Amino acid sequence: MSEIPLSHILLVSTALFFIGMYGLFTRRNMITMLMSVELILNSVNINFIAFNKYLYPDKLDGVFFTVFIITIAAAEAAVAIAIIINLYRSHQSIDVEDAGEMKF
Amino acid sequence: MSASSVIFYVISGFILATALLAVTTKKIFRSAIWLLFSLIGVAGLYFWMQMEFIAAVQIIVYVGGIVVLIIFSIFLTQQSGNEMQKPSGIRTIFSILAVCIGFTLTYLLIRPYIFTPSSNTPMEVSVKNIGSQMLSTTEHGYVLPFEVVSILLLAAMIGCIVIAMKIKPEEK
Repeated sequence: MSEIPLSHILLVSTALFFIGMYGLFTRRNMITMLMSVELILNSVNINFIAFNKYLYPDKLDGVFFTVFIITIAAAEAAVAIAIIINLYRSHQSIDVEDAGEMKF
Repeated sequence: MSASSVIFYVISGFILATALLAVTTKKIFRSAIWLLFSLIGVAGLYFWMQMEFIAAVQIIVYVGGIVVLIIFSIFLTQQSGNEMQKPSGIRTIFSILAVCIGFTLTYLLIRPYIFTPSSNTPMEVSVKNIGSQMLSTTEHGYVLPFEVVSILLLAAMIGCIVIAMKIKPEEK
């Protein structure tokens, strides 16, 4: 893995981040927006692991940050899906345009 | 070009292609399946970087937990075979524009920066090392964030149950 420069891994994670951002901008369905957020969090994890491996191989801080991000992502997905199911019960739709009561 | 770098580019192409499909397919169930493949590809990238523990956690938590949860919520909330409505044209154009500008900006920042690889002796990333450092109370220990995250998980679990609970009509 030493012949791949760090900037190539950073480019992959940047591309993944902006693909997730594109999904967040264009999708109007709450579940697919949640999937885009997962992609964004994964790109951040790749960055942490790559920095830990290339620049600070004698430390483990990047690993811990990644573990904590994965944990928080799981909690976030669970809470978001609970909210989505509750919204579906009251609006019969999970489109963000249909849930505009709290917009203003 | 050695086998290692070929594997890296194959994994990267796989991750980006499946992620792109996940945010652009019309059917929501297919979108979830493409997301699954993308997350498996990220786990492969961790294996390539010799972080076996993180790769295992990625597969267990994301592939085994979050994607299954998302698929269940798709089944609960809508017809999985239905096509989603297309985003409006103007929104798509401006999203592509914003994403391209953001990517170019970041690329121009990363490209000229010279990273100096460390020459320190690498630490073995074994489960033993990770566990003992995470739960140590010394200067570089992570026991306080560990406890905070465990409280957060408990709060999230209780919050989920309370939010998704069906409110019964008043009993007589």
